[in-house]
Amino acid sequence: MQASTDSSLDLDGEADEPATAGRARRDFLRRSMAAGGLLAATAAVRAAPAAAPAGNAAPAAADAPLDIPAWTRAPGAATGAQLYGQPSAFEKSVVRHLRPNDKQYISSSTRSPLQELDGIITPNGLFYERHHGGVPAIDPAQHRLAVHGLVDAPLLFTLDDLRRFPSESHIYFLECSGNPGYNVYGKTAAEANGLVSCAEWTGVPLRTVLAEAGVQAKAKWVIAEGADAAAMTRSIPLDKCLDDALLVYSQNGERLRPEQGYPLRLLLPGFEGNMSIKWLRRLHVTDAPVFSREETSKYTDLMPDGSARRFTFYMEAKSIITAPSGGQRLAQPGFHEIRGIAWSGRGKITRVEVSVDDGATWQEAALQAPVLSRAITRFRFPWKWQGEPTVIQSRATDETGYVQPTLEALVAVRGVNGTYHNNAITPWRVAANGEVTNARIKAS
Amino acid sequence: MRASKHPESRRARRCALALAALPLVLAATAAAQTAPPHGRYGIGTPLTEARLAPWNIDVAPDGRSLPAGQGTVAAGRSLYAAQCAACHGAQGEGGQGDRLAGGAGTLASAKPVRTVGSYWPYATTLYDYIRRAMPLYAPQSLTSDQVYSATAYILHLNGLLPEDATLDAQALRAIRMPNRDGFVDDPRPDVTAATGQPARQ
Repeated sequence: MQASTDSSLDLDGEADEPATAGRARRDFLRRSMAAGGLLAATAAVRAAPAAAPAGNAAPAAADAPLDIPAWTRAPGAATGAQLYGQPSAFEKSVVRHLRPNDKQYISSSTRSPLQELDGIITPNGLFYERHHGGVPAIDPAQHRLAVHGLVDAPLLFTLDDLRRFPSESHIYFLECSGNPGYNVYGKTAAEANGLVSCAEWTGVPLRTVLAEAGVQAKAKWVIAEGADAAAMTRSIPLDKCLDDALLVYSQNGERLRPEQGYPLRLLLPGFEGNMSIKWLRRLHVTDAPVFSREETSKYTDLMPDGSARRFTFYMEAKSIITAPSGGQRLAQPGFHEIRGIAWSGRGKITRVEVSVDDGATWQEAALQAPVLSRAITRFRFPWKWQGEPTVIQSRATDETGYVQPTLEALVAVRGVNGTYHNNAITPWRVAANGEVTNARIKAS
Repeated sequence: MRASKHPESRRARRCALALAALPLVLAATAAAQTAPPHGRYGIGTPLTEARLAPWNIDVAPDGRSLPAGQGTVAAGRSLYAAQCAACHGAQGEGGQGDRLAGGAGTLASAKPVRTVGSYWPYATTLYDYIRRAMPLYAPQSLTSDQVYSATAYILHLNGLLPEDATLDAQALRAIRMPNRDGFVDDPRPDVTAATGQPARQ
């Protein structure tokens, strides 16, 4: 199985590696020789050719000559063995997290394995899911989008029609408003905050399609509806539809996956995920919201006084440390780069601070370019862990000046029955043995 | 399956006819290009209300788009027992599906119970949702009268309709839900970060 990892790499890329590494070693050796002493000796040892025969030897002594592994001694899998590429068999455990005890899995969710991911783009197969009526298998040739209501010309579009419009690509995050609810005891970054992902979306601006139908002056809202078994329905302010809303047919360069709305979805940058209606079949331009079940009974935020907030669209600034994070272990004291992600529905991330002393002090992390509006931004912070037990955490600031709050600050205002829009700081406890756990779970 | 074959073969026949009439079609297209019926790009097909009707199912609180028809609490009771109770409980107490009844006066408590009766602001939403998404394994299978009946029975379970009630568009529009004024618009940002404070207590 392992030998199947891409023989093409041997031909195209990997073959260069030894030469490059060799050059690097020689350069290093020259510099070391110039510097003289111990460094040169070490380099010489590293550069020594592997003279011993390789094979399936037992773990060798630390100074034993390097093995030449089996995958170097025979060709790998033939080109084209996988015409749609799959991750290495060694990455089998990198999958979405499915909660084991949901009442049913028609209306349910999976979480993105944030602790396993690098960069700002979530691979399509690991993008979080939230479905309200299962994942439909839609034939794109039969799918239609209806645009009607307060428009001059009600129109029906095929996918081919929609692809004829000028096409734009943008990188935006998408986050479920129930990420993570007020159950803040997720053991891993996925469990704690994995209902967020980020992708490059390609499609046609919604305003282009609305203009094609001619929006009338009385219009104020657009009711978007899916073709799934939930016929998922949300009312969207017209302003948002005319701003940055996209009708999306592709994600990260390929057609949408079924679980992301194939063949057509809405994408409302910065708004709570459920509004970006998947499997989009209808846009009803109106003068008032429909007050659908999903914007009254669900996705409203109950406050301690019994009132409930409605139309809570924006996802506020949030960040989470993904490495080291819950379920991981620091193998030894010394240098560890703290890494994580930050995002805000209200624009760009301007700052991420990290605390490595249980919140006593905060220091600025480096933001990894690109820093895009309403996209995931990576942050990095160099940390020298001395082996002491501590709590590490991050907090984000966005371009509106808003600072990610603590859970305590959030709960003081909103209580714990609001279900949605918990963007609080996630603290991770690092034990003396290097084990990392959710700091909100009482140590046993 | 056999029923669905007929439209297909009709479509095939239409295609053949269309091919035969190709010169006419081309002429029509040329005409369309000189005078686009809509928009800047001339993309999309005009859509009539009659064609849209099966999809045009959203019901706003004004109830304007409610269909004709009616249902009764009594008819709703047997429909509910057959198609809803397995998930939502015999008396709407919930199960695999959401709890539908009760919970009055709990919203400001530590353990709020959100049901149709205690939480939902508009009765029209109940009609809209049942019609579009219920029952879970056969959505959009109920007739208008059945949806009125199921709506009536769930409202009855919440004490909002009497045992002998009949529900139609006008009656549904007129129902005022107990939590009608319980919702406020989004006041965020509402939480200020306690800068420099420990994240844990």
